[in-house]
Amino acid sequence: MNGPIRRVSVVVMLMFVALMLNASFSYVVRTPSLTADANNRRVRDAAFGTDRGDILVGNTAVVSSEPIDDRFGYQRTYAQGELYAAVTGYYSFLYGGSGLEQSYNAELAGTSDAQFLDRLVDLAAGRRPQGASLETTLDAAAQTAASQALGDRPGAVVALDYTTGAVRALVTSPTFDPSLLASHDLDATTQAWTALNDDAAAPLSNRAVREIYPPGSTFKLVVSAAALESGLTPDTLVDSPASVQLPGSTHELRNAGSCGGDQITLRQALVVSCNTAFANLGGQLGDDALRAQAERFGFGTRLLPALNGVASSFPADPDPAQTMMSSIGAFEVAATPLQMAMVAGAIANDGVVMEPYLVSSVRGEDLNVVSRRTPNQLSTAMSAEHAEQLQDMMVAVVQDGTGSRAQISGVRVGGKTGTAVTGERTPYAWFVAWAEDPTVAVAVFVQDAGVDGSDVSGGRYAAPVARAVIEAMR
Amino acid sequence: MSEVVVRRQRSVASLLMMLLALALGASGYLLVHLNQDGALPPDWLMSVGPLQFSGPWYVGVGAWFALGLVAWGVTKWRLPYADPIILPLVFLLTGLGISMIHRLDQADSLRSAELQLLWLFAAVTAYCVVVVALRDHRRLQRYTYVWFLAGLALLLMPLLPVLGRENHGARIWIAVGPFSFQPSELAKIILAIAFAAYLVEKRDVLAMAGHRFLGIDLPRPRDLGPIGIAWGVALLILVFQRDLGTTLLFFGLFVMMLYTATERVGWAVLGLLLILVLGFVGYEMFDHVQTRFASWLHPFTDYDRNLQVISAQFGLAWGGLFGTGWGEGRPYLTPLAKNDFIAAALGEELGLVGFCAVVLLYGLIVARVLRTALAATEPFGKLLAAGVAFVFALQVFTIIGGVTRLLPLTGVTTPFVSQGGSSLIANYILAGVMLTITHQARRPQVAPTAEEYASLSADPTQALPAVAAPRPDPADFADGPSGATEGEAR
Repeated sequence: MNGPIRRVSVVVMLMFVALMLNASFSYVVRTPSLTADANNRRVRDAAFGTDRGDILVGNTAVVSSEPIDDRFGYQRTYAQGELYAAVTGYYSFLYGGSGLEQSYNAELAGTSDAQFLDRLVDLAAGRRPQGASLETTLDAAAQTAASQALGDRPGAVVALDYTTGAVRALVTSPTFDPSLLASHDLDATTQAWTALNDDAAAPLSNRAVREIYPPGSTFKLVVSAAALESGLTPDTLVDSPASVQLPGSTHELRNAGSCGGDQITLRQALVVSCNTAFANLGGQLGDDALRAQAERFGFGTRLLPALNGVASSFPADPDPAQTMMSSIGAFEVAATPLQMAMVAGAIANDGVVMEPYLVSSVRGEDLNVVSRRTPNQLSTAMSAEHAEQLQDMMVAVVQDGTGSRAQISGVRVGGKTGTAVTGERTPYAWFVAWAEDPTVAVAVFVQDAGVDGSDVSGGRYAAPVARAVIEAMR
Repeated sequence: MSEVVVRRQRSVASLLMMLLALALGASGYLLVHLNQDGALPPDWLMSVGPLQFSGPWYVGVGAWFALGLVAWGVTKWRLPYADPIILPLVFLLTGLGISMIHRLDQADSLRSAELQLLWLFAAVTAYCVVVVALRDHRRLQRYTYVWFLAGLALLLMPLLPVLGRENHGARIWIAVGPFSFQPSELAKIILAIAFAAYLVEKRDVLAMAGHRFLGIDLPRPRDLGPIGIAWGVALLILVFQRDLGTTLLFFGLFVMMLYTATERVGWAVLGLLLILVLGFVGYEMFDHVQTRFASWLHPFTDYDRNLQVISAQFGLAWGGLFGTGWGEGRPYLTPLAKNDFIAAALGEELGLVGFCAVVLLYGLIVARVLRTALAATEPFGKLLAAGVAFVFALQVFTIIGGVTRLLPLTGVTTPFVSQGGSSLIANYILAGVMLTITHQARRPQVAPTAEEYASLSADPTQALPAVAAPRPDPADFADGPSGATEGEAR
């Protein structure tokens, strides 16, 4: 009987080997998908209870995890939550995360591939793993100034260091307190979530990077860039009648005031923000040239994926009348405030568009750098020569034109106002600007200035916000 | 002329391993509390009907050590040559199980671990009775048909109208007063004895060559009776108890023993074919079985229905390589973690490493008993040892494979580890039988030498010298004196 017993023994051995191989296979192959499964309560609870890393502005932690004696172990706390909510986002047990809390979840939780070694050391030392900290590019002074200058008007402010693309301020209004959603009292979280979503003012929407709006006259910068690139100079004369008849339409496009003659220079057209001049110019350049120029500034690209930013857009196939309307930032041209800050920044940076970013470095638990961000060039929007011409034109806007409220003594500032009027709603007030020292580009978007519609203008309501931000950074 | 093979008793090593096993089991219990509360366990409380026992933690640990040492002492007294490591392995598994049940008690505020310790008291008693009363397993060989009737009666008992209880879709329980009992656990052992006794008697008949087909000797149709009856009973269990696990264990045991006894591959092939037919019939006839297969192959298509197996996978993944540690994981999220899914709970808190260690503990028990089967000198002991080792291995494979998604899930118990009195008692009785066989196989006996046979064939008139050992099996003889590699010859 020993022969069969030996063979049975081999079968039995194979059964036990199969058990262990299967468990090992499961560990190696299935663990990632099991751990990533949204229904995995173990991971969800533990992730919520981890000692997540801080989010730093300068040397100050604006988000941190504090030990707490409950079933999760750590409470996420947001110092100045409302001020930084647009960047940090929230981290909620029931509603997941948003902002950096979501896009850098793996780093903050300490589960990213780059932190593998840290985890191994923790494992060996028997320590609870700790997440990495994020150093943001934000400037606390600029952020505070932007928030205060915007006040409780709905809108957004974005400030960039145009030489690197580092985001120095990013404010959206109205805002919310992420602490409400990070509460371990899940009933309170549910109530806060419902209230925030039912709020007509949409405090959860990120107006700086996640919403697109007609940019109004600030888009004339893109048309000017296209014109200069096509061979025009700032002194080229352009037609600036009091009104133009749009082709194929009975609609007449009028100027807000006199542009200073039937023919004015391109510089003068930008300084007084002459609608008919730019409509004509845009019509001559054609929609393809305008779209190409817009795309070189970053239109059509999803910007700042860290905040899940959306792409700005130029209409795909406009007719000539629509092209002329698009040239003054109306019709279906739509841009995020971030995009418009990049337009101003690229002009100031001699035509080079830098990719915007928010996190300069990720630091592990011993403050060793896990990853560091280096400035990255996104595209070249225009030649340096043309960019310098456009810089001069923008400086003239601030010195002699609609942007006079952005003047700062001792600093060379260029800007462009915008007032986007569409339909019955309150016009949007825009202002984009750059300064030479500090090297910052700012876009201010005021969705509702809180005044009568006909009184709204970018120069009056948005330019002072830009000036406040630039002054805060001096 | 002849040599006496004497194996060492290994008493000291066995005692040390026993103490290690008991200490490891107790450390699980202590670590749960040290990890969760940073303090030693609070007082325990055990209630049996109107009676209540309670005491500080060290009394419970002391009782655990006492049970283990009594079992070891009784074994030493009655079966001095029994395998030295099977009993420590059994206690280590039991200790891990009770500690894990106690750990799961912390989540549901029940006191299952204390109850399990009480069952262990009963199980060790049953073990001691077997060890003291049986001594020689060959005494079991006498009552072949009584065993058959008893085994089948136990197996079919849950179908009785008053006694039987249905639980989770399978009718495999009987209820006696406040206790419920899973008779298939005991039936497994009794049927192994019955099969062994029957096959030792009939194997020559069954092994007679039949038709040769595709290079395999198939049995004669008239010899198909036993396998036909076994298959019919398996089908009965499947149809009326809807229990795939017990069907597989019962029929798998029979086929394996038939093959071992007759040494004919034809029986094994035929048996495997019939198992496939059973599986097919079960799949076609019962939604219940189809559901099991669906939740095995595609568990993630229905989170609500397959919550148990999915949660077990989450738990194993959560445990990772080294586990969360005693009391630090969340195995209680898996329904029935104390019973069917205790292997997943162990895997979560002890990690892949601990899980494989538990599998290896089972593997070691099986290996020791199979080794005994090879070393045993008489056919009944060989067949019985191989049979109980195989059915034990098959049960471990079925339940742990089911928990880890290697196989469809079937509701058999995890021997020695999972919660439940009948399973614990039955497996301790099984351990008693196993150790009895190892004692008989390992105790000093005369091993015939090759010269005796040589001289016998050279001189037909010479009589065979009277030796204590029974006439050896020629197949064993061909391999040399059995166990000579392990034992010491004097």
